[in-house]
Amino acid sequence: MTAALRVFFVGGRISYRALFNWIRPGLYVTTMLGSPLFQILFFTYLGRYATNRDDDFFIVGNAVQVSAMAGIYGMVMGIANERWYGTLSSLLATPANRLALFGGRALPFIANGLVVSAFGFAVGWLFLDFSPAPGSLPALAAVVAVTVASCTALGMLVGSIGLRARDVFFAANLVYFLMLLICGVNIPVDELPGWLEWIATKLPMTHGIEAAREISDGASLADVSDLVATEALIGAVYAVAAYALFRFFEYEGRHRGSLETL
Amino acid sequence: MQLARLMWVSWLFHLKSLSTSSFFLLTSILQPIIFASIAFFMFESGQQEGTLLYVALGAGLMGIWSSTLFGSGGSIQWQRWQGTLEICVAAPARFLWVMLPLTVATASIGLYSIVATLMWGRLFFGMPLELDQPWLFALALPVTILSLGLLGLLLASTFVLYRNANAFSNLLEYPVWLVTGLLVPLSLLPGWVEWISWVLAPTWGIEALRNAALGGGQVWPAIGMCALLGAVYLALGAVFLENFERLAREKATLSLT
Repeated sequence: MTAALRVFFVGGRISYRALFNWIRPGLYVTTMLGSPLFQILFFTYLGRYATNRDDDFFIVGNAVQVSAMAGIYGMVMGIANERWYGTLSSLLATPANRLALFGGRALPFIANGLVVSAFGFAVGWLFLDFSPAPGSLPALAAVVAVTVASCTALGMLVGSIGLRARDVFFAANLVYFLMLLICGVNIPVDELPGWLEWIATKLPMTHGIEAAREISDGASLADVSDLVATEALIGAVYAVAAYALFRFFEYEGRHRGSLETL
Repeated sequence: MQLARLMWVSWLFHLKSLSTSSFFLLTSILQPIIFASIAFFMFESGQQEGTLLYVALGAGLMGIWSSTLFGSGGSIQWQRWQGTLEICVAAPARFLWVMLPLTVATASIGLYSIVATLMWGRLFFGMPLELDQPWLFALALPVTILSLGLLGLLLASTFVLYRNANAFSNLLEYPVWLVTGLLVPLSLLPGWVEWISWVLAPTWGIEALRNAALGGGQVWPAIGMCALLGAVYLALGAVFLENFERLAREKATLSLT
């Protein structure tokens, strides 16, 4: 149990730090915070011009969604880079607990996603007059935490596919952009065509963003408990699917000798 | 004549090469379609009429900017990683003429973006494809692409100073979309933004394309500004590239990644 916990926490931290082997911390921070800053400004101004909704709709939607910078991109790199840099075979040759090995990688990215999202809300407050009631902030933080974890589970799923697929970063980019369209970030889900709305309800983020909007409008955590529970359940399903895929591709990679095939 | 042949053959080669990249498929086709869809739905929700073509052109030019930014911004670094930079520098032709077709090609694959967003709007949103001045539109499009390609040359010659230019490129995508008025009119942004927009070719490119497609404004001045800015980018890019080449030769850092 102790060994598994060590793999979970220490292994996860080392995996996160490994990203800085090829990207400088300053640049990583700039990318993680700079791009979300301009994304929030872009969609809020577009929303002002194109729709009759107030800024808060776009600020909340995008401030939650930008956590996918860490949850999707970071998580995908955290898993798929093992194969890309040729360390996957060594990693899988260890007797380490696979659940701890896999799950531990998510923790730093969830924390990272929370920081990015908090920064997004700060941008809204600083530049766009976003001012939720101070009393709603703990509930907002709780909802965002669940949503970020759920989104990271989707990142784990895409990352697991990266153990087999050749160009998983294409998929990561596509998922990130599709979230902007489908998950109610900039367009209310009920205004999408029926089939897109159906997909939206099965994806992480959708329910979390809706809950975050209601809380910033004055609802309590209890009022949005159904939405939060659904978001958590969706995240759990994606996490289980991601782990199952991870184990399947590990088995298949050993069986076919394709762990290092690029 | 030799220069024209070099330009044509290199441009065609890079265009074909970029067209096989899944990353550029994403930035020049899928990403513009996704952004066009978001904008279509947002405008539809705001019940604004007659904006579909406005959105399709804006999203298309957003795609051209993305492919130029990522393609040109990292082009020299990419040549380094592939081990072809020394060969390009050692070629008898000036390095400027070797790089120019590459950066113009990165802007040219943005043509896919315009075609994709126009077709997307037509097929899925019933957007009418009636252009007010089709011949001027046909002229404005290549001039816009060329001016963005020349801006790409300037990006290539300056981004090479940074080891992680790709991360820097990520940072510049949204701001230029915003300050050049591709989807949001500049009048909605703070006044100082307009000064920045004047020196960026996409501002004039979208103005030329929109005026030619939708009418209601002059096309020639915007085309002229694209051409003028293109010439300025070329001059600056030539100076920076020459400087880069000289320093890299002196310090023997050409192949260092």
